[in-house]
Amino acid sequence: MKKDLSLNDGTPIEGTPEPGTLGETLRSQGVSRRSFMKFCATTASMMALPPSMIPMIAHALENARRPSVIWLSFQECTGCTESLTRAHSPTLESLIFESISLDYHHTLQAASGHAAEAAREAAMEENFGNYLLVVDGSIPLDNPGYSTIAGISNLDMLTESAKGAAAIIAVGTCATYGGIPHANPNPTGAVSVKDIIKDKPIINVPGCPPIPVVITGVLAHYLTFGAIPDLDHIGRPKVFYGQSIHDRCYRRPFYDKGQFAETFDDEGAKKGWCLYKLGCKGPTTYNACATTKWNNGTSFPIESGHPCIGCSEPDFWDGGGFYKALSMPTEDISKTAVYTVAGAAAAGAVIGALNRGKKNNSDKIHIKTTIDDLRK
Amino acid sequence: MTEIELLSWARGPGLQIATIIFVAGVVIRIFEIFLLGRKANLAEAKGGEMSNGLRTMITRTVPDRTTFKRSSVTIVSGYIFHIGLFIVCFLSAPHILFLKDVIGFGWPSLPTPVIDAFAVVTIIALLATLVNRLTNKVMRYLTNFEDLLTWFITFLPVVTGYIAFHRIGMTAPTLLAVHILSVELLMIIFPFTKLMHAFTLFIARWYNGAISGYRGVAS
Repeated sequence: MKKDLSLNDGTPIEGTPEPGTLGETLRSQGVSRRSFMKFCATTASMMALPPSMIPMIAHALENARRPSVIWLSFQECTGCTESLTRAHSPTLESLIFESISLDYHHTLQAASGHAAEAAREAAMEENFGNYLLVVDGSIPLDNPGYSTIAGISNLDMLTESAKGAAAIIAVGTCATYGGIPHANPNPTGAVSVKDIIKDKPIINVPGCPPIPVVITGVLAHYLTFGAIPDLDHIGRPKVFYGQSIHDRCYRRPFYDKGQFAETFDDEGAKKGWCLYKLGCKGPTTYNACATTKWNNGTSFPIESGHPCIGCSEPDFWDGGGFYKALSMPTEDISKTAVYTVAGAAAAGAVIGALNRGKKNNSDKIHIKTTIDDLRK
Repeated sequence: MTEIELLSWARGPGLQIATIIFVAGVVIRIFEIFLLGRKANLAEAKGGEMSNGLRTMITRTVPDRTTFKRSSVTIVSGYIFHIGLFIVCFLSAPHILFLKDVIGFGWPSLPTPVIDAFAVVTIIALLATLVNRLTNKVMRYLTNFEDLLTWFITFLPVVTGYIAFHRIGMTAPTLLAVHILSVELLMIIFPFTKLMHAFTLFIARWYNGAISGYRGVAS
């Protein structure tokens, strides 16, 4: 039965969505319009959009044709995919994701070998210029043989797949900034997607792994507006990466009061005080953990008693140790100071002796002049 | 170079370089001062050197009435910014943590809003000293490049620290890196300018007191 519904602004919309659209998929999975609208409202508030945008999001999502998505995995640990699949079960976000035509994804696809590569090539050909390319993992530049898929180097596969992409979403810190493979001494010469692809819009969704709802949120934004969201100076969507963990942390009042956990099992830790002294990178990390949280909004690392490791920032792995507070030096300054004092004391003694010698010498060669001498 | 790389450089190699220059500079200068030596005083001692020296180290901290009247702005603003600097440098939690890592022990910190307030007071006092220096005719006449340089180098870490705490204008890693770099600049300039007074001040006071003590006069 068809039932007319109307948007907040009075525009009537069809109760039964067009065939082949996301709306239809949702209905077929038993998702009611009420819960769908709830999801749209959540998405709008998550992206800091005004309530008037909710119908627009609903309309765009309902009528979105399942866009082809090609997911490439390079030097990665599959943690990003693991994170995303955690959003699967019966949540709405996961349905949104299922409703995208995921034409190629190593871990999730049924096909393997030639069939898998054929699926990628077919999807690229059919949707040339329109498909979304999602990349996780970094790309080794030192030797193409370090990481290959079906005999194709990561670099070749990326450049080839990027040609027909409407946009690229780099998922995880490896794809966005090089991540762990890029960490010192970077044995494979790993680089990020942005280091290679210069002519396509790239959305960076960093994190090790990124929050599932952030990945789906970025996709929802793309489906709704058909454009990439506002990005910060390192390519991250501002809606999710606009504020630091520290600024939104529920433990912030303890930082301000000067109440810190000194160890992981002291009284401060038990009382849930600030983890700054235990190396929390919250003050220099921009991500949505403190607000959207993980595991369906259960908690986030700081809430579980562990300092933030700053995984959504470039080079977080080389930040001088996860358990060293931000204000601490990353190298052994005490040793440097002790050696310098010893060296400088020796140098000071030598300089002092030279000065003394100079003084004594000038005393020796000093010739007294009398008034008689001057009269001469 | 990314902002996190800049921050890592400031916390690592940058700090190493600054520490070497700072420590070496200070130690060599102090050695030089002590090794200059003094001619033996052949006059008969009319009082103790040590006790008078130690007393003078404290008494000179209080300005006498005439001096205070003559340059009250310099003294008041000077005191305020020195105390403020001390509190901000040595009683804020992140700074204590830094010192603890270097010297091996720490002490309790003050709450952040208190530090914040002292930072503002310090900034105002430092600005007052500059305005006084530039508006007072005698002060302006006596001011040379080094005076302005040391003022700026001292002012910089306080302002960058304040901005970094409140995250004004740039992202947190950049602001923190800039703050640390400004401190490193201070460390590098320190031994070669009048900032050395932080180390020589009490030595000089003791010496003044000791001379007077030997002569048996008030200092």
